[in-house]
Amino acid sequence: MTDDIKAGSPLLSIRNLTIEGRSSEGWIKLVDGVDLDLARGEILGLIGESGAGKSTLGLAAMGFTRDGCRIAGGSIDFDGIDLVGSGETVRRDLRGKRIAYVAQSAAASFNPAHKLIVQHCEAPVVKKVMPREKAMKDAVDLYRRMRLPQPEEIGFRYPHQVSGGQLQRAMTAMAMACRPDLIIFDEPTTALDVTTQIEVLATIRDIVRQFGTAAIYISHDLAVVAQMADRITVLKSGRAVETAPTRTMLRDPKEDYTKSLWSVRSLDHARAPERPTVGPVLSVRNIDAAYGALKVLEGVSFDVHAGRTVAVVGESGSGKSTAARVISGVVRPSLGEVLFEGRRLAADYRTRSREDLRHIQMVYQMPDTALNPKQRIRDIVGRPMEFYLGLRGRERDRRIAGLLEQIELDPAKYMNRLPSELSGGQKQRIGIARALAAEPKLIICDEVTSALDQIVAAGILKLLADIQKERNLALLFITHDLSTVKAVADEVIVMQHGRIAEAGNVGDVFARPASGYTTRLLQSVPEMDPDWLTRTLTSRNAEPFS
Amino acid sequence: MSRIWVLLGERLALGVVTLIAISALIFLGVELLPGDLAQQILGQSATPETVEAFRRELGLDQPAVQRYFQWLAGALHGDFGNSLSNNRPISELLSARLGNTLFLASFAAAISIPLALTLGVLAALYRNSVFDRLCNVVALVCVSLPEFFVAYVLILFFSVRMALFPSLSNIDAAMPFGELLYRSFLPALTLVLVVVAHMMRMTRAAIINVLASPYIEMARLKGMGRLRVILFHALPNALAPIINVVALNLAYLVVGVVVVEVVFVYPGLGQLFVDAVSHRDVMVVQSVGLIFAAAYILLNLIADLLSIVSNPRILNGEG
Repeated sequence: MTDDIKAGSPLLSIRNLTIEGRSSEGWIKLVDGVDLDLARGEILGLIGESGAGKSTLGLAAMGFTRDGCRIAGGSIDFDGIDLVGSGETVRRDLRGKRIAYVAQSAAASFNPAHKLIVQHCEAPVVKKVMPREKAMKDAVDLYRRMRLPQPEEIGFRYPHQVSGGQLQRAMTAMAMACRPDLIIFDEPTTALDVTTQIEVLATIRDIVRQFGTAAIYISHDLAVVAQMADRITVLKSGRAVETAPTRTMLRDPKEDYTKSLWSVRSLDHARAPERPTVGPVLSVRNIDAAYGALKVLEGVSFDVHAGRTVAVVGESGSGKSTAARVISGVVRPSLGEVLFEGRRLAADYRTRSREDLRHIQMVYQMPDTALNPKQRIRDIVGRPMEFYLGLRGRERDRRIAGLLEQIELDPAKYMNRLPSELSGGQKQRIGIARALAAEPKLIICDEVTSALDQIVAAGILKLLADIQKERNLALLFITHDLSTVKAVADEVIVMQHGRIAEAGNVGDVFARPASGYTTRLLQSVPEMDPDWLTRTLTSRNAEPFS
Repeated sequence: MSRIWVLLGERLALGVVTLIAISALIFLGVELLPGDLAQQILGQSATPETVEAFRRELGLDQPAVQRYFQWLAGALHGDFGNSLSNNRPISELLSARLGNTLFLASFAAAISIPLALTLGVLAALYRNSVFDRLCNVVALVCVSLPEFFVAYVLILFFSVRMALFPSLSNIDAAMPFGELLYRSFLPALTLVLVVVAHMMRMTRAAIINVLASPYIEMARLKGMGRLRVILFHALPNALAPIINVVALNLAYLVVGVVVVEVVFVYPGLGQLFVDAVSHRDVMVVQSVGLIFAAAYILLNLIADLLSIVSNPRILNGEG
């Protein structure tokens, strides 16, 4: 169902659309001369990295621009209505009724002050599509179609009482409330765990097909878009690079940029040699930890050897970040111990020696918040050198320059910049340089690539691998992303509910998972095959949805 | 719902502890005043024998801790002792004055709270418009001027020039309600002008702060109008800070009226307070101080409870 849909007048037709955003340097183009057509009932995938203009374009399809943005030229025609030229009243009337929106984070996009069903019924009642009683009944019906548990009651809960995956389905149900002609899905599963994502993807696809709703599906994840879309448009820096039916696009991408997006996914690395015979750098022994009455870690043990990368993988709430915090001494374990080169480390970082602190460094998930915005790069990277190594003056500057070169940033250019003058990927490189400045033996990387785009993330992972080889570093990688594990790790530890579900060499675990949970986790990672979702769902048909 | 009762109990207990601490501070403050109470009342010419006798009569010969607990126990029963200047029971003096002060505060609150909330919502709705800026400028001017100045300006225009309202607000309980409102209009208006700015600006800021949330964008993308977005989606989430600032201003209306009452010769607690200070009637000063503190604590307690009730996360627990 691809090419034949295009017959007849399109539902949405965007021509030469340019949207500008205000910045300190005046108006800059966010969307630059994009053409786009969408037939009734068709699903168009919009893909690109952050800043490519995906969301801006998606919102423009609703005749909406964020504050500080303006439509500078071009036309948007929705079913014969000119969304650029018509007044706000006309556009507002369409929104929620004929064009609906599903946001990235349902947890943030549902109003915390009102029950789900109240928010669900708002559009149909305010827009006089149906009376409240009918809208409530319809809401329950839609909740059932979205396979939400207890559809009769779930609407009477507040957003904070419902899990993330369920909220995302409730939000899709809400978008369906007025049976719109078009729904904009803006990264609806990006914030979810893989095992949750697969369920949400399946329900979204089903309901859109049931009602024959046209959709624009925005994502940075090709594999996800491949499951949902009939056609894919690739955006880069506000321009449409390439548009083709999904299968054609996957089989035979034409443009270089598209090909580079594809190739990132097959990133692989040379495995480190087998475990060395010398003792491990870090040894975690039977750790239990709890936040108040809530147990988060139970009997966790593992080793990390010099020159090797161990990935701790698990979904949110599995305890993987707590494990990192126990190792760094921020969280005290209630039981068990952490050994560094065979010596027992104090449970509290405040009572550890400076030398112990120096050898275990962290790189954090959000480079934006992990760097002090008021400090220059020179001070951010130089501080650990002063503190741990007692370096001053010229010797310090020489080392900073050396480190910046190693992370592939020109020292002359970046030494005196502030973090705000760097891109996300550059900030993360500074985070790595800061960790290296202490000359540690172990670096804990906590979701270091999850806030970055795929191409940028691939660069960071490659950099870490190079540095590891050069310095014989031990790396502990905390991540929820199995493709990252595949790309960087020698050993993997799969965590679930605070326990280790499975551990071993990456190759072995991925090829022959021993635990059912690992199998399910591996199966849930979307593949670049448009039939993956259907196939996976059929193969596990017997399993009920939670 | 049981969580609310636990929270209520906690806050109430905390309030009582705070009040006891304040009562101790007030008592200590009076103790630290130079000179002996008896000596001050009797004056320099009194013989040591009379002073000694008077001290016994006042109970000043007993240890301070014991006198504190006696005073506290009395205050809990509504018995604040006798005024030193006219020897009448202080509770008698207080009850009429407290009623008057509460009347004036309620009068000012009844005008200022709805006015401030409406103006705050409108300013948020039309933010950065001429209306918004005008509101902000007027509010800033009002809040910057000292209240006695505002009071005298109002007297100048409304009593002296136009002769619409009396400049002296000497009321008593026997007056009909309309007369009470008429006579206390100018002090009430002064108070309104002083408190409305703070509440309005806080309402505006709290709403605008919430307007940046993703759920507000969602509401707009559902095609909801501006007024509905603000009233239904933003205001409920901005209630906690608004309630707190309203409570703070209500407390100010009870406690901070001293100057306004004096300017308009309004027979309230503030006036009593000032008179007591000038007569060195420390017993009265002590008692009024305690009442002011209690009003402050009580209003903040109510604000805390309302903020809790307005937040479904706390009200309904985690899911």
